[in-house]
Amino acid sequence: MGNDRRTLNPIALWRGLFGSEVNGSDRIVPPTGFTAQLTLFSAGAMAFLAVFALALAMATGRLAERWSSDLAGAVTVRVSAPAGEQEARVQSALQILRTTPGVGQPRQLPPEELAALLEPWFGPDMPVDALPMPALIDLPVESADFDPEGLRLRLEAEAPGSVLDDHTEWRRPLISAAKRLKFLGIVSLILIAAASAAMITLAAKAALAANGQVIRVLRLIGARDLTIATAFVRRFTRRAAAGASVGTAAGMLGIAILPSAEQAGGFLTGLGFQGLGWLVPLTIPLIAAAVGFFATRWAALKMLEAVR
Amino acid sequence: MRDVGFGYQGQAELLSDMNLSLQAGMFHFLTGPSGAGKTTLLRLCYGDLMPSSGRMNLFGEEPRSLDRDAVADLRRRVGVVHQDPQFLDHLPVAENIALPLTIAGEPVDLQAMRDLLGWVQLQNHARALPPSLSGGERQRAALARAVILSPDVVLADEPTGNLDWEMSMRLMQLLIELNKSGKTVLVATHDLNLIRATKAQVTARVLRISGGTLHLAGADL
Repeated sequence: MGNDRRTLNPIALWRGLFGSEVNGSDRIVPPTGFTAQLTLFSAGAMAFLAVFALALAMATGRLAERWSSDLAGAVTVRVSAPAGEQEARVQSALQILRTTPGVGQPRQLPPEELAALLEPWFGPDMPVDALPMPALIDLPVESADFDPEGLRLRLEAEAPGSVLDDHTEWRRPLISAAKRLKFLGIVSLILIAAASAAMITLAAKAALAANGQVIRVLRLIGARDLTIATAFVRRFTRRAAAGASVGTAAGMLGIAILPSAEQAGGFLTGLGFQGLGWLVPLTIPLIAAAVGFFATRWAALKMLEAVR
Repeated sequence: MRDVGFGYQGQAELLSDMNLSLQAGMFHFLTGPSGAGKTTLLRLCYGDLMPSSGRMNLFGEEPRSLDRDAVADLRRRVGVVHQDPQFLDHLPVAENIALPLTIAGEPVDLQAMRDLLGWVQLQNHARALPPSLSGGERQRAALARAVILSPDVVLADEPTGNLDWEMSMRLMQLLIELNKSGKTVLVATHDLNLIRATKAQVTARVLRISGGTLHLAGADL
């Protein structure tokens, strides 16, 4: 009994994957070309898809975090006034901002930075100076003491024409979209794991059904259900791990040769893995092996228990 | 077994009020017409079927009270040879014979395996695949597989059913040798000539099954 039970623990799973066969016990199952290829292919394809779902989930997670932290770390004050009064109103606004708690040093954007902001819409040769442009003041937020609502009211009262923009309006839907994409990536991963389990279960059941004679012989000579199941479980666990390893490697290669964020430019800020994030997809073959292990074991024991 | 009855699902009772006690170290024959229930009785004896009434005692255990693992363990103490023995056709004969050791997680002693193959005269077929064996060779391979765990009891269900007389006697000779080494042997057969020829070499109890019940029938043979 002890020998059989050993196959249930993680060490047995590891041995089943990488260790030598005990007494050649999984040779009792004849090699089955079709189910072997089916399992290898489906595990490989699912792992390939899982790499991309994982990359999507991780990239959108990073995006949401960056948008949250970057945009929450600064606000902008826009000062609009007739040409002759603008400088005075800017100075009033700057005065207010310098005495506002929880913020850093305010900085008025110079004309060349304003021109750069408008360049995507008007082109490089647009004489920005000729336009009635509002002045923009960048204000870094440094602590939680900052009260945007209080500052807004103060600007309204003491520096007419100055409007505080804390980016909340357009930041919120972007962060929400990024979080939903991350959620969808995780749901995709769960669905991929479930579909893999279903396919491996079907392949294992087909293999068990095709090996009725083997099972009858093994029962006759006193094999326990777990002994018979283990022979199938080892085989399918190895196949799932092998197929998933190839699929993961192909997926990671695909991610690695995607254009970099700098080359793609702009909004696409790197669908892929960064730094230690590259280690995360390496868990996919292990997870596939575990899925193969439990799916086959469940299918085999259920099927064997149905017959005396 | 005491007052054991058995009927297949949806059918009338095939065996009723069966009382049988195998004597340790004794050679037994179970005879009777085809369809009398010889195979069913043997299947009851190794826990492949469970009685519908009465009490069974296999090595001190009531099989109906055992879980599946315990029934499997119990089968390791009974060597079984069928009329049409089944093998794992993708494994060589030697590996098929060693299968009970493999599934029990026990190591294979190569010298003991060679001796066993020699005993059943299959030393030249160790690496052959089962489909290439003749009927007699398959029966001897099945017998070697049945005894490799040194079981207490050897059951043979019409083991000579597909063999000619010479091959039948060779197989019976092996069963007689097993019995002389102390094993309890029960052979189900409808071949009375085989029983007579065996009884000339070994003391045997002959049990006849007919009409669903069992009788001691040695005197008329």
